[in-house]
Amino acid sequence: MNDEKSQHATRFLLGNEALARAALEAGIHFVSGYPGTPSSEIIRTIVPYAEKSNVHVEWSVNEKVACEGAAAAAFAGLRSLAAMKNAGLSVALDFLTHLSMTGLGANNGSMVVVVCDDPDGHSSGDETDSRWLSRFSYAPLLEPSSIPEAKQLIRWAFDLSAEFDCHVMLRSYTRLSHASTLIDLEEITQQDVQPQTDSSVSISPYLARPKHAAVLKRLERIRERFEDSSFNTYEGPDRPQCIIICGGSGYLCARDAVDALSVDQSVGILKLATLWPFPKKWVAEHLARSDRFLIAEEVDPYIEIHVKETIVDAGWNGKLIFGKESDHIPAYGEITPDRVSAALSEILDVKYSGGSAEYDRQIAVEADPLIIGRGLAWCPGCPHRATFWALEKAIKQDRRNAYLTGDIGCYTLDVFPGGKSLQNLLHAMGSGAGLAAGLGQLGRFGYKQPVVAVCGDSTFFHGSIPALINAVTNKSNLIQVVLDNRATAMTGFQPHPGTGTNALGQPAPKIEMEDLCRALGCRVTVADPFDIRSSIRTIRHLLKEDTGVRVLIMRRACELVRMREENFKPVTVSVDNEKCKGDECRICTSEFRCPGLVWDDLEGYATIREDICSGCGVCADICPFNAIVNEEVAR
Amino acid sequence: MKNWPEPFNLVVCGVGGQGNILISRIIGRILTAQGYTVSIGETFGAAQRGGSVFSSLRISEERLYGPLIPEGQANVILSLEPMEALRQMKFLGNPQVRVLSNTKIVQPADVLTGKVTYPGIDKLKSAIAHLSKHAWFVPATDIALDLGSAIVTNIVMLGALVGSKTMPISLKQAEDEVRATIPDAQIELNLEALNRGYQTTLGADAA
Repeated sequence: MNDEKSQHATRFLLGNEALARAALEAGIHFVSGYPGTPSSEIIRTIVPYAEKSNVHVEWSVNEKVACEGAAAAAFAGLRSLAAMKNAGLSVALDFLTHLSMTGLGANNGSMVVVVCDDPDGHSSGDETDSRWLSRFSYAPLLEPSSIPEAKQLIRWAFDLSAEFDCHVMLRSYTRLSHASTLIDLEEITQQDVQPQTDSSVSISPYLARPKHAAVLKRLERIRERFEDSSFNTYEGPDRPQCIIICGGSGYLCARDAVDALSVDQSVGILKLATLWPFPKKWVAEHLARSDRFLIAEEVDPYIEIHVKETIVDAGWNGKLIFGKESDHIPAYGEITPDRVSAALSEILDVKYSGGSAEYDRQIAVEADPLIIGRGLAWCPGCPHRATFWALEKAIKQDRRNAYLTGDIGCYTLDVFPGGKSLQNLLHAMGSGAGLAAGLGQLGRFGYKQPVVAVCGDSTFFHGSIPALINAVTNKSNLIQVVLDNRATAMTGFQPHPGTGTNALGQPAPKIEMEDLCRALGCRVTVADPFDIRSSIRTIRHLLKEDTGVRVLIMRRACELVRMREENFKPVTVSVDNEKCKGDECRICTSEFRCPGLVWDDLEGYATIREDICSGCGVCADICPFNAIVNEEVAR
Repeated sequence: MKNWPEPFNLVVCGVGGQGNILISRIIGRILTAQGYTVSIGETFGAAQRGGSVFSSLRISEERLYGPLIPEGQANVILSLEPMEALRQMKFLGNPQVRVLSNTKIVQPADVLTGKVTYPGIDKLKSAIAHLSKHAWFVPATDIALDLGSAIVTNIVMLGALVGSKTMPISLKQAEDEVRATIPDAQIELNLEALNRGYQTTLGADAA
């Protein structure tokens, strides 16, 4: 998107772009993170400013290292930001918990951690709620309700961080990070700081208790500041029948609900932007206005529990709290305008209907029978499709029912309708290797299935390496397949230590994973997924070896990356209708499942979708009747 | 919006990779330049890999709305694929909704595998027409291929939206924003796509 063409004082920005812009305006020196939806655009937005505004921008190898780097900059007196998705915060948490204990030192540095949650799990294996982790790790937490507010909160977060000598967390979420609206731009500034370090931030075990006490005192001072924050607001009548208490996405949903039910004369909205420490006194003042409260938030009942605590502390009886714990708002999934409207309508006994019953009936009769689910699938020409094809064939030929552990990336699409469903376990980044290392020890108990772990290149560097070391040193028995497509593809083709480029697209030292794995003591094989027959043989051979840690690198650039660079189809693929066996076979569309190959229902044979076929030519090798034909294209 | 609902809710939907995000941002910028407050919600990430995608635009003269459109509250649905139009109508449609849909189908994975059959385009068109106030069917992919590149299918549909007069966007405003957004080498192709799309709905009787 070419936003640079217009240089007005306002710009249409994605939530993540606004967060990044705010950090630049706040004078950031150092930004780091690991890609993960819905957070990835924050760092991408800062990249063009790296040179002209002198900002260090890096894609770190994982979120913990990203936070450590950002904290180092803050110790030295600079302003830093680390950005990640919710799952990444868990990776960084060990460090962040200790960081709260030490604070940022005496050099007036500041650090903000932006975490982007994914309620509903649009692009995540879970919808965990990061707000608890802020409380857990003694870090102040801000949560914006809109993109303009997010921009202001980033600015304030840096000021708070510098004033209170601790990192500050800001929680975003899919409906903020991936929403966009018009945003006012201010000047990008930066203070010249001469970095210096001192010994004020060290910690040793016997100091844990006094440091903890000091951290609690600091949080009390921050709580007092939050009690007066103008980012926490009340709007509505003085004595409402009900108050909707909300934070984050819940606020604009609450406004929709009040409009939908036309209850602005009887319902108030209490919006919280400072979630930890919880501004109990300020909330209590507003709780005095009414006896009925609906809590509109996602995902967990975080505000709800803190409101209940506030009520208990105040010694009130007879106040009714409606929310997730009373089943008025579903306990999982996103908050939506309809969810708030439905709850409010039940509480107030005001009629509300999201649509017309007659229209719903027509939809059920006329639309529902026609709608087919659209499961996710690998892109046309994706090397992962070829790798999983080879894995399936080799495992079948091996006849010992090899057990596959999976990982996080585009290859996760194996378990969606377009895939092969070979992966049995899918957990955290790098867990495929750790789980395989464990399973590979179970031979002594009679476990006979060969164990194969699958991970991508970026995941390999992020989380698989310690598990592989563990497997080697403890003499586990497994194959680690690394699907090396030369990019962090799922999140937008970010570089990683194996690509030879950095966040700015400049050449960087390239870490060769085969050299690294050999140094660890793994036996390493490199194969090309597009050479299907040879890949099947290689995998079969590795399965047969049945001892030690074998690493198989399936190396082939992501077709999207290749097409972007080359804009060229190496082969023209066509179907020979004479040779195609039609409905008797259908292996290409029913088993290989490349979206570039479709079935012509009328004629009864396969056909190529020229508009999306990338010309990889792999389907010619999987057709048992040589009916799919590749014709080399001259460059 | 004078003579327009407040807020005005537009859905731009399709299949991952068809370019719904680009046109929803173009529409957002055009309306923002006119002084409307526009909030766009998008899905991307995993959903882009062949899944259903949609952007929701909430356009107001009064305030910033959240990006999620309440059930049954879409005013216009602009779809790059006919089944995706119907999918959005199921949740956001109502008897007053206006629908503009590309006629080119994209087979879901379950159709490719032979598990289910994609219903005929005529069935989809008749359901969309019957469940909407007005429907326009545009052979946008065919027009784009005729112009030399399927990639401008989304811009053809943007032109169709402008021609349908269902939103306060003039052809001139759309052309200006296309010029401001699209890389220079592709501007002429995109302007042609915009105009071809515009002609398909301008003054055309809706189904």
